[in-house]
Amino acid sequence: MVENVRELLKLHEGIKHEVYLDNENSTILPQEVLDAMLPYFNKKAFGNPTLTHKPGWEAFNAIMEASLRISQSVGAKNLEEINFTPGESEANNLALMGAAAANPTKGKKVVISEIEPINVLNVTDLMKKQGYTTVKVPVSKEEGVLDLEKLKEAVDKETALVSIHLVNSEIGTIQPIKEAAAIVKDRNPQALFHTDACDAYGRIPFNVQDLKVDMATLSSFKILGPRGTAALYIREGVNVERIVEGPIGTQKLWPGIENTPLIMGFAKASEMAFGNFDANVAKMRSIRDKLVDGIFAKMTDITLNGTKGTKRSPDNANISFRRCEGEALTIELSLKGVYVSSGSACSRRLLQPSHVLVAIGRHFSEAHGSILMKVTRYHTEEDINHVLDVLPSSVERIRGIVGSTGVD
Amino acid sequence: MSRIPLPYNPKVLDLFRNPKNLGKMEDATVVAVAGNPACGDMVTFYLKITDKDVIEKATFESYGCAANIATSSIVTEMVKGLTVESAWKDITWKKVTDEVGGLPAIKFHCGVLAVGALKRAIRMYFEKKGNPPTWLPAEHTFEEKQALEEEELAKTLAKRLKVEEEKKSP
Repeated sequence: MVENVRELLKLHEGIKHEVYLDNENSTILPQEVLDAMLPYFNKKAFGNPTLTHKPGWEAFNAIMEASLRISQSVGAKNLEEINFTPGESEANNLALMGAAAANPTKGKKVVISEIEPINVLNVTDLMKKQGYTTVKVPVSKEEGVLDLEKLKEAVDKETALVSIHLVNSEIGTIQPIKEAAAIVKDRNPQALFHTDACDAYGRIPFNVQDLKVDMATLSSFKILGPRGTAALYIREGVNVERIVEGPIGTQKLWPGIENTPLIMGFAKASEMAFGNFDANVAKMRSIRDKLVDGIFAKMTDITLNGTKGTKRSPDNANISFRRCEGEALTIELSLKGVYVSSGSACSRRLLQPSHVLVAIGRHFSEAHGSILMKVTRYHTEEDINHVLDVLPSSVERIRGIVGSTGVD
Repeated sequence: MSRIPLPYNPKVLDLFRNPKNLGKMEDATVVAVAGNPACGDMVTFYLKITDKDVIEKATFESYGCAANIATSSIVTEMVKGLTVESAWKDITWKKVTDEVGGLPAIKFHCGVLAVGALKRAIRMYFEKKGNPPTWLPAEHTFEEKQALEEEELAKTLAKRLKVEEEKKSP
């Protein structure tokens, strides 16, 4: 298997122009973020932040500064509301299972949308074993916007938790979370509202106090910080319990020694994303629009998945190429230096097409040929031109293999 | 999204990049389809069979991943010149998988599907011709069953999603 990968990599030798657009699944760290992290490995603050010596106090101080920066980026009331976890999945697990454990009298019902990220879906599946039922609220066809009327019907006195993402990671649709949270609190003031804001963070302006959410998951890697760290905002006064046990340090809800370098990288990425927020977003939007408009100008038999305009995250492009299989296309593009991912059943473990694409009414064949691309502020016009150069011929080659098979 | 690494070997990649015997065959004796894009792959096999039951030529089209393209391509090469009897008996998913140098575990079904389509084509040939030979079992082979299972799964999935759709509408 390892030899196979080496051979695969050899096939990529000599590629002149590479464009990484798979920022859904992992990102490239900007040099400034790496530079901000490095001293914390071996020059300063390498101590355990709970201990009584200089390197420990340095670490404590650094982590508090990082908490403060991240709390400010989402308009939290204070830095204690920011809880670092080792990743986005862990933060979502903590939000749902930790809040359920800490509030056993609140009822046994969890309300989510039908297009929640997989980690939320997985957690609610797990919670079934603890006697919780899950209600999935539908979204509109095409745009994938949460149905607020159906949300209203779904929330009742039995509802302990509601978890609805702020921006959909696959199709980029911005959800009406402020309205949703108000509806939930109106129906049941005891119910807790969590939002996975990973794909909103650094892309659309939002303020947790304005949204009136109880919890929000914030991603580091999706704002070009390091992987292996994330944060869960928990509004002061909301009870959440640990779901993993061990020695507790500065992070009351996640045991173990804090990873100061990663947290500092997260804080630096946040500083860079929010320090120049409007310009960053404008850059993403203009690059993404050039990509999508360019593809639509050059190619036929394609569909944009998700909504257009202001209801869509500025970085997200998700396009279905009909009569084309997505996984095959990702490989074809990789050999030409363009790196993307697909919602095809073939590229997934489940042998089912993307639940998000199915929910918005896409045919299986459209999900089969869907490609997800996310731009960053670092992409250039030349990058997009390269993608537009290689994409049409790549799709045509795969369509040539498909021929007339399975065309509906 | 749940993902697993897919370290395709060089042979699979080579066949993916340069598939043999690709495309529709206008004068095919028999055409068989297997699979469904809902669960992954779908493949069409075209066989040109002589009066003496020899496979003169085989071509394919694949609405599938690299593993499906590679295994389908190799099957068309392996069956060329064989009698339908030896094609039926000798071409197994295991042999095909070995022939492409192995597949990642999650992709075995893609190879199975290619052989399922071949077996289905041979079965159709005798259905058309009448008088099936004694070596052709009435019961489906493993590969045919797998293809059927995948198609059933797709149907169930489609039905389930449609049911949910109906429930949703007021």
